[in-house]
Amino acid sequence: MTTPARPIRIGNGAGFWGDNLDAPFLLARDGGLDVLTLEYLAELTMAILAHLRSKDAKAGFITDFPELLERLAPLMREGGGPSIVTNAGGLNPSACSARCAMIMTGAGLGNWPVGVVSGDDLLAWIPAWIGEGVDLAHFETGEPIATVADRLVSANVYLGAQPIAEAIVGGARVVITGRVADASLTLGPAAAHFGWNWHDWDRLAGASAAGHVIECGAQATGGLWHDWANLTDLAGVGYPIAEVADDGSSIITKPADSGGLVSIGTVAEQLVYEIDDPTRYKTPDVDVDLASIQLADVGPDRVSLRGTKGQAPGPRLKLSAVYRDGWTASGLVAVVGRDAVAKARAAGRIVIERVKRAGFDLADSLVEVIGAGDVVPGVVISERMPFEVVLRVTVRDPRRAAVERFCREIAPLVTSGPPGIAGYASGRPSPRPAFGYWPALVPRELVASEVRVRSAREWTSV
Amino acid sequence: MGKREDRVRLGELAHARSGDKGNRANVGVVANDAACYNWLRVHLTETVVADYFRSLGIGAVRRYAMPNLHAFNFVIDDALAGGASRSLRLDTQGKALATALLELQIPAPIAEGEPS
Repeated sequence: MTTPARPIRIGNGAGFWGDNLDAPFLLARDGGLDVLTLEYLAELTMAILAHLRSKDAKAGFITDFPELLERLAPLMREGGGPSIVTNAGGLNPSACSARCAMIMTGAGLGNWPVGVVSGDDLLAWIPAWIGEGVDLAHFETGEPIATVADRLVSANVYLGAQPIAEAIVGGARVVITGRVADASLTLGPAAAHFGWNWHDWDRLAGASAAGHVIECGAQATGGLWHDWANLTDLAGVGYPIAEVADDGSSIITKPADSGGLVSIGTVAEQLVYEIDDPTRYKTPDVDVDLASIQLADVGPDRVSLRGTKGQAPGPRLKLSAVYRDGWTASGLVAVVGRDAVAKARAAGRIVIERVKRAGFDLADSLVEVIGAGDVVPGVVISERMPFEVVLRVTVRDPRRAAVERFCREIAPLVTSGPPGIAGYASGRPSPRPAFGYWPALVPRELVASEVRVRSAREWTSV
Repeated sequence: MGKREDRVRLGELAHARSGDKGNRANVGVVANDAACYNWLRVHLTETVVADYFRSLGIGAVRRYAMPNLHAFNFVIDDALAGGASRSLRLDTQGKALATALLELQIPAPIAEGEPS
């Protein structure tokens, strides 16, 4: 390259599945973006997608995404829309791409190249790997994965930025992946744009740090901010944009005239969000030293990240597996009165006792009195007793019938519990499948990502 | 002399954010400025944080310093009663831990030039 490439403007319009539906549309319309990213996959989301896929082989992806594409299609047709990189494929990238391709083709975007990244789904390999002695021990408890092997519903490795970059270099304007590291959604397009070397650790680390800041959407731009009462228009909070430069530095900002705030404080708080050792923030692409970052205020709602150091990542990738773990349900009622807390605790015990007398000694149960300090139990004790609280009773058991029985014991409290119980109108709770989460590490040489780029029209006939 | 006995809410000196990684939680604490950061270096130790959250049945607490950001990261083992998809708690992801930690009372900083 003879002249340095201009910075690439990457905005993240979703921080989880269930995030604001309008945010990605507004960000794409008003953000002047080169790339729109959408990060949908929390650990818990994989459990939900696994459940959906177990009921329907064509499900298991983020259905919000095709709906968003439909809304973005006019922008894309007029050429004003950004490229899109998203992990909306979830547990079923091919079904997701088929749905998206139909929508795009119907909207006159049949010629748009769509890239699909797969290879993260390793569920089918687990039995053979157990047989071969591959170590997939739970990395917090050290238990061998054989303990839960017959109950596994998903097992996905975190892929990195390289297959995303490969899809973009291959012409893709929409890239759909399964499980990839959140920060890789930003690093992929930046590395493709600048043609970075995959051993240029500091550049990779810089873009990954920017990706980490924007991956949770509005959390970087005023969401969760401690001085919330003084924010401008939190209702119209702008979603975050990273302007990543060729040296790996970046500026975090948000669309002009949007609500919220980008400050050194909002960016610093997001840098420390959901991390372990900050000097080794691990991604599949690079270990990022978040403690090396220098933040500076460089204009209204503009904060720069400079000096990020990186080093080579380890030889193993993170695997995130989900296994069936019985059934769960949760019931809520309001309890009112000068002795509301005592009544709520008694009512909770009564529910569990009645389920026991009905023949089901529940494997696990929890009574919480919301309003009496039970959200962070025992840590902050209020001296004033609240006049009204919410009773929440939650159970888990291997037997669906036991949890069903529990679900039928909430309503009777209204006539056969202590006085002052209200609010059962929200309906009887339903048993939901419970899932356990199994994090492990898998050797890189066992993982092969696959990148396919075809026009939307071609994807409809795959 | 009496000033030394004064206590202050952590929330007067810092802001914070928390979340989950499996059955671990982390609480990132960002000090308001360099002076607050240096004060917290002494008064917001692993032991202080572990004692504060003891009723949650937590395991070990590790503190990591991030002086460039005036921040500390606290990683708390076994904080979530099984983690996001398994815990029965309402706050399965530890989102409320940061706000709770800001209520911690610690010794108040002694203003510069103030007789001790």
